[in-house]
Amino acid sequence: MKLTIPDMSLVALVGASGSGKSTFARTHFAPTQVLSSDTFRGLVSDDENDQAASKDAFEALHFVAGKRLAAGRLTVIDATNVQAPDRAALIRLAKEHDVLPTAIVLDLPEQLCVARNASRPDRDFGTHVIRRHRQNLRRSLKTLQREGFRRVHVLRSEEEVAEAEIVIEPLLNDRRELTGPFDVIGDVHGCREELEELLAELGYVAGAGHPEGRTAVFLGDLVDRGPDTPGVLRIVMDMVERGYALVVCGNHEQKLVRALRGRRVQVSHGLAESLEQLAAAGDEFRAKVDSFCDGLIAHYVLDGGKLVVAHAGLPERFHGRASGRVRSTALYGDTTGETDEYGLPVRQPWARDYRGNAMVLYGHTPTPEVEWVNGTMCLDTGCVFGGKLTALRYPEREVVSVKAKKVWYESIKPLLPPEDLPPSATRHREPATLELADVTGKRVVQTQHHGRVGVSAEQSAAALEVMSRFATDPRWLLYLPPTMSPSATSTVEGHLEHPGQAFAEFRSAGVQSVVCEEKHMGSRAVVLVCRHETVAPRRFGTDGSGVVYTRTGRPFFRGGESDALLARVRDAVTAAGLWSELDTGWLLLDAELMPWSLKAGQLIADQYASVGAAAQAALPVATEALASAMSRGVDVGELLARTEARTSTVEAYRAAYRRYCWPTEGLDGVRLAPFQVLASEGAAHHERPHSWHLALAERLTAADPALFTPTRTLTVDTTDEDSVAAGTAWWQELTSAGGEGMVVKPAANLTRGTRGLVQPGVKVRGREYLRIIYGPDYTLEENLSRLRERSVNRKRALALREYALGLEALQRVARGEPLWRVHECVFAVLALESDPVDPRL
Amino acid sequence: MISTTHQPATELGFLLHKHPDRVQSFPISAGTAHVFYPRATERECTAALMIELDPVAMVRDRRDELTQYVNDRPYAAGSQLAVALRAVFTTAMTGRCDARPELAAQAIPLTIRVPSLSARAGLDVVKRLFEPLGWTVSGTVAPLDPEFPDWGESRYIDLTLSGTVRLADALRHLYVLLPALDGTKHYWVNQDEADKLLRMGEGWLSEHPERELIAKRYLVHRRVYVNYALERLAESDPDEVLAEPLVTEAPDQPQPLAVQRQGAVLATLRGAGARRVLDLGCGGGALLKVLMSEPSFTEIVGLDVSARVLDLAERRLKLDRVPEHARERVTLRQSALTYTDPSLSGYDAAVLMEVIEHIEEERLPAMEHAVFSVARPGTVVVTTPNSEYNVRFETLAAGAFRHADHRFEWTREQFRSWASAVAARYGYAVRYLPVGVEDPDLGPPTQLAVFTAKEAAA
Repeated sequence: MKLTIPDMSLVALVGASGSGKSTFARTHFAPTQVLSSDTFRGLVSDDENDQAASKDAFEALHFVAGKRLAAGRLTVIDATNVQAPDRAALIRLAKEHDVLPTAIVLDLPEQLCVARNASRPDRDFGTHVIRRHRQNLRRSLKTLQREGFRRVHVLRSEEEVAEAEIVIEPLLNDRRELTGPFDVIGDVHGCREELEELLAELGYVAGAGHPEGRTAVFLGDLVDRGPDTPGVLRIVMDMVERGYALVVCGNHEQKLVRALRGRRVQVSHGLAESLEQLAAAGDEFRAKVDSFCDGLIAHYVLDGGKLVVAHAGLPERFHGRASGRVRSTALYGDTTGETDEYGLPVRQPWARDYRGNAMVLYGHTPTPEVEWVNGTMCLDTGCVFGGKLTALRYPEREVVSVKAKKVWYESIKPLLPPEDLPPSATRHREPATLELADVTGKRVVQTQHHGRVGVSAEQSAAALEVMSRFATDPRWLLYLPPTMSPSATSTVEGHLEHPGQAFAEFRSAGVQSVVCEEKHMGSRAVVLVCRHETVAPRRFGTDGSGVVYTRTGRPFFRGGESDALLARVRDAVTAAGLWSELDTGWLLLDAELMPWSLKAGQLIADQYASVGAAAQAALPVATEALASAMSRGVDVGELLARTEARTSTVEAYRAAYRRYCWPTEGLDGVRLAPFQVLASEGAAHHERPHSWHLALAERLTAADPALFTPTRTLTVDTTDEDSVAAGTAWWQELTSAGGEGMVVKPAANLTRGTRGLVQPGVKVRGREYLRIIYGPDYTLEENLSRLRERSVNRKRALALREYALGLEALQRVARGEPLWRVHECVFAVLALESDPVDPRL
Repeated sequence: MISTTHQPATELGFLLHKHPDRVQSFPISAGTAHVFYPRATERECTAALMIELDPVAMVRDRRDELTQYVNDRPYAAGSQLAVALRAVFTTAMTGRCDARPELAAQAIPLTIRVPSLSARAGLDVVKRLFEPLGWTVSGTVAPLDPEFPDWGESRYIDLTLSGTVRLADALRHLYVLLPALDGTKHYWVNQDEADKLLRMGEGWLSEHPERELIAKRYLVHRRVYVNYALERLAESDPDEVLAEPLVTEAPDQPQPLAVQRQGAVLATLRGAGARRVLDLGCGGGALLKVLMSEPSFTEIVGLDVSARVLDLAERRLKLDRVPEHARERVTLRQSALTYTDPSLSGYDAAVLMEVIEHIEEERLPAMEHAVFSVARPGTVVVTTPNSEYNVRFETLAAGAFRHADHRFEWTREQFRSWASAVAARYGYAVRYLPVGVEDPDLGPPTQLAVFTAKEAAA
């Protein structure tokens, strides 16, 4: 005997003590699926039969059951469940989690139960208990369906129990096995001509489906208001019958069925037109329509759970669930109970708070233009009101629309394109809604290139303060650059870092060709620049021409200076022809902004220059005093020599930081050295070789040589000794002329090696430059030998994690994912930066 | 360098217990102190104390405390020099000298040169500290970098003190005042330090007109929390928000402005009949303390973006020591006004006391949405400085803000235009109250707006 159970069900076993419930549960379900009241009695009281512990035991059982159901796991309740109030609690629990309750009744003879209990020494209660259980059970059998159990299976003999076989049935809304591709179509409302035109545009052939085997998915509200509801239904019903289309139920279909069945409904919102048109279409067709509409499912989960369709949208907790409220939410949406100035219900902005992974496509609320909101899109573009009929190609995410032939039905609420809206309606744009819960606490971000990257609660807390107090608007903040590790410590005399190490490392990671890029001594800057002022509102949901921000997301400039700099960048991008070449309205550039003193002015004054000032005040006086003592014959020779040496290293130290400082006046003197085009519309460019990036940077430099500084580069073959030697010589030349050093990167850009992701870049800093990192005297051998004990491993690991997070952010931007998904990655980079790794690295 | 012209000058060697013809070295924490005499004649004798710090060892030992890896410690005269003084001249500091007891008890002409005194407060404060002790003070302030004259002066002074002072006292003056001027103590301050101050200050500190300043600066722990991680992230001093305002007291006010502000907020909350209250941006908890003493507030939630500040609030409010029923009324939690936080919905009132001016103007809409739309309390109280009033603060430079972390300060008109737009957008009514005694032309020092949700008012 097959017992069918809906997937994700709450299964209540019902039966007297001794009826064999536990044995049945053990036979048919996994141990973790079964929650037994005896077990819970034992857990809370150390005695499985302690009836005084029942209250606590059931509370704990319900709690665990709730957690399982929330996670969508089949859960079996092994308790007598012979009394209605006990079962009512289970029904409530099932409803709360929007799963279907099922009952399996073990209605076995009394003697059998008594005999079984007698064989168990711990069950010493009398036969009267079993008799009472049986009486309750008999009474219950009649009411189980009414109580709310969607399926009731009754097993009446040992033979039936022995032959029982459990079959888990997927829910009707579970069509995860369908992978598309789909064409998801918004509210049609009887607009047959437009539907025919759209289907043709999408490539469907009347009566023959799609040549590429695509499936149309209708989002409901096929009927009412429009000129030819029967015509639309004929097309759609035929497509469904032939397997070319799926349809979810809309609120209008629901109401139409009620009206066709003669129920009392308010004939408004265009229902009258449908009834009239259907009356003319004949009884047979009307009957077909009735049964078609009555059989419609309220939502579908498709493509392995990646796509959910529902007429009025659906919050994540309802995906793939079944309950009255799931259906009503799918049909009508979640309304606040209030009505707006047009008398229409005010809807809960569920999409604004949506954080699910599945794409949700829906209709129901006419909007002038479709728009992605947190991975959801409303495809009702008000065709019947004179707007458009819109489809989305999935998985391509392409929007296809056809214009309405005319205004078929007057809307109560004006449906206007945004430019025609009064200024008051557009002026205030809802700010990007990032929730605290999107960023706080312990977090894990799934990255494509480096697996799961974790962030601790403490790191999040530090980042929250910095992000909130100092960073630019998150809508601009598409990316934060990763930290970069130095090359492994060199043993070359007088050096802490040396190119030989960097080349050797890449060689052993399997990278043959590397590019050495001059390291500009400035501040890391990310530049987001928009082509026109119309780009930002559409693409980023904010106003402005872009932003220039630091490695921690802080804007470099405010107001006018920012706009002036961005205008020059924009003009250079225009002159270089990059907008059309990359087919984009915006660009995200990775760059170095100079001079260093522009951003780090305070740091230089407080820190670097101060050390120099203190040293220059102290050392000459000390030298003079020591010289006097020496002339008196006091034995201070060694001390004097050391002090003189320190005086000269301080000179070198001061020279080192002075090179990177120059005065600026407004933007005069500000220089930008771009070295990567991180992203543009629809694309992240981390897989393009560095030669491509540098060539684009060169074109920007050519367009505005006063603003852009070129980056000198050299390509090195790590397997060729001459090439390596040339690379070393190049670095020596660069740094002896005062350069900070170089960054060595795999020439191909994103590279995977034998052990996963390869470092995207390794810095090799110049000997003189390192004085401002390790102190004026670091080159003295006694200091150097100790400094060589440094380890770069932790920094390396951090660099890779941050790199992967940054790429993930860019890829999410490229895929047009919602802000919170991008911000999650960007925030995690900042959080990881609070890791207490040696800051000198 | 300490010099004397007391005759015979070489007797300085007896007082210091260090022979003029030898160089002596002493190990100190992270380095070595050397004593030698550049000059030792009958007419004039100079002893020099020089310290050599090992920068590598110093960073290695104190990575958590010294947040900067390249620092002035090897060159500047500050707390390390004071420690060395005590290590090297322990006996001399007590004034004991068995060889020349009468000389040790006697004030002698002394000249002291500290070539790289670290004194962020400037030469004036140096004078205020040394002159009452009988020293004639002269000094020159070194430029930050002679090649960049725009950068201005450094915090280092080539200091010369001259006077007729007992040597032991001179050493003790230096021992206390060098770290007091330095401001960055390189070790943790504890009760021990306070005792040491009393011992070393015996006989002179209690009469010093600046004794409070000295004690405060000597004992000050510049940062309660050295949050190294945060400092890196913020790329600046994150404790700016904890810093004292540049001006606190408005002129001609009957009570401190902060107290009047808390009073006005309290009165507004009482007027609104609020019981469950959010203090958004509670900082160190000054307002929370006032709210806690009012039993009519049944639930008080203090929120701040800074976890460190919340720790501070928790300690200031002594939450671990208040009775349980009082403790249960108060919750402290980290949150950020630029993110929405649905758990803040359903409260009677929210207070933003001197908070909005710490948010960048371009980020205000995010805060408005989080507070007025998502949290949506019945009443919102906002206070902010009135920038028109700033001219009344004599010490405040023209155009400057009252606090280093302020991102803007508004005139009455600016504040009202912002507040009325917010009220209209989110369905609140708004009214305004002055805080502090109003100037007839400039208005009150602080402005306050009370927003009342329209559905609650109806």
